[in-house]
Amino acid sequence: MTDPLIIAGTTLNSRLIVGTARYPNQQVMLDSLEASGAEIVTASIRRISLEGYSESLVDLLGGRYRLLPNTSGCATVRDAILTAELAREALETNWIKLELIGDRELLYPDVEQLVQAADELVRRGFVVLPYCNEDPVTCQKLADVGCAAVMPLGSLIGSGMGIANPAAIELICARSPVPVVLDAGIGTASDAAMAMELGCDAVMVDTAIAQAHDPRRMAAAMRAAVTAGRLARLAGRIPKRRFAEPSSPQLGLVGS
Amino acid sequence: MIRVKINGAEQEVPVRTIAELLAARGIDPDARFLAVAVNGAVVRRAEWRAKTLSPGDEVEIVRPLQGG
Repeated sequence: MTDPLIIAGTTLNSRLIVGTARYPNQQVMLDSLEASGAEIVTASIRRISLEGYSESLVDLLGGRYRLLPNTSGCATVRDAILTAELAREALETNWIKLELIGDRELLYPDVEQLVQAADELVRRGFVVLPYCNEDPVTCQKLADVGCAAVMPLGSLIGSGMGIANPAAIELICARSPVPVVLDAGIGTASDAAMAMELGCDAVMVDTAIAQAHDPRRMAAAMRAAVTAGRLARLAGRIPKRRFAEPSSPQLGLVGS
Repeated sequence: MIRVKINGAEQEVPVRTIAELLAARGIDPDARFLAVAVNGAVVRRAEWRAKTLSPGDEVEIVRPLQGG
């Protein structure tokens, strides 16, 4: 049963995108990425330390994964665009996970600048995947300016609070002309499964895996959860009912 | 010697081109997965040997790192 995810014309067999940050060490990161089955992993773009530089993340990942650079930490359109351009040059990819935050404590997107930056980056030939708020209007604007997907948050980055507004995510998924990737706030496997059941096309996870007691095992759990949630979605669930409906036949009851 | 800002830090450097700047820091100018911007504009690696720096230039030298 093939059910590929297609983003910007690229076919992907994994619906789980994983981050490379906050693991206890490099080996755990590598083991977790492998257990996750992810094809795309994210990376940040940062200044080189002036003492020269040691083994790079890219060398470590050995060509096994598609690296998706992000503009994490950027709070202005100018910085986001420069970071994206530097990322394109450094990683030889025109894919960019656009993050433009309006609050350093909450890491909530600055919607106004996010849409502006997305528009400009699309014009410059980037495949833009924007991290955004869980609001159907913003997601539509991002799709309208040409983003290849939208990535609404489930809850605050790194918070593990799961999907705070499932109704909004469901609405976004129902209306979005581009793939929807739930990004941020996933805490455990059931959150990832729920995202897929609500209609998301993929899920992005970092902290929930990297900071789990057993990251490799959590990565495997996320992989299974995304698969299960997607299957359930495709299977079509029963509606929720307010009354009981017996499963066994009602005729031929003993003693009747 | 010219005074430039590299990754936010002002310093005097005895070099003129980006390639020379990288080499002076023990970075192979032919290394991949590296990017440079001067005054807010990316300088493509094909130009690293040709592009000369001027006093007051702001240089960003970046590479991919762990991130979510």
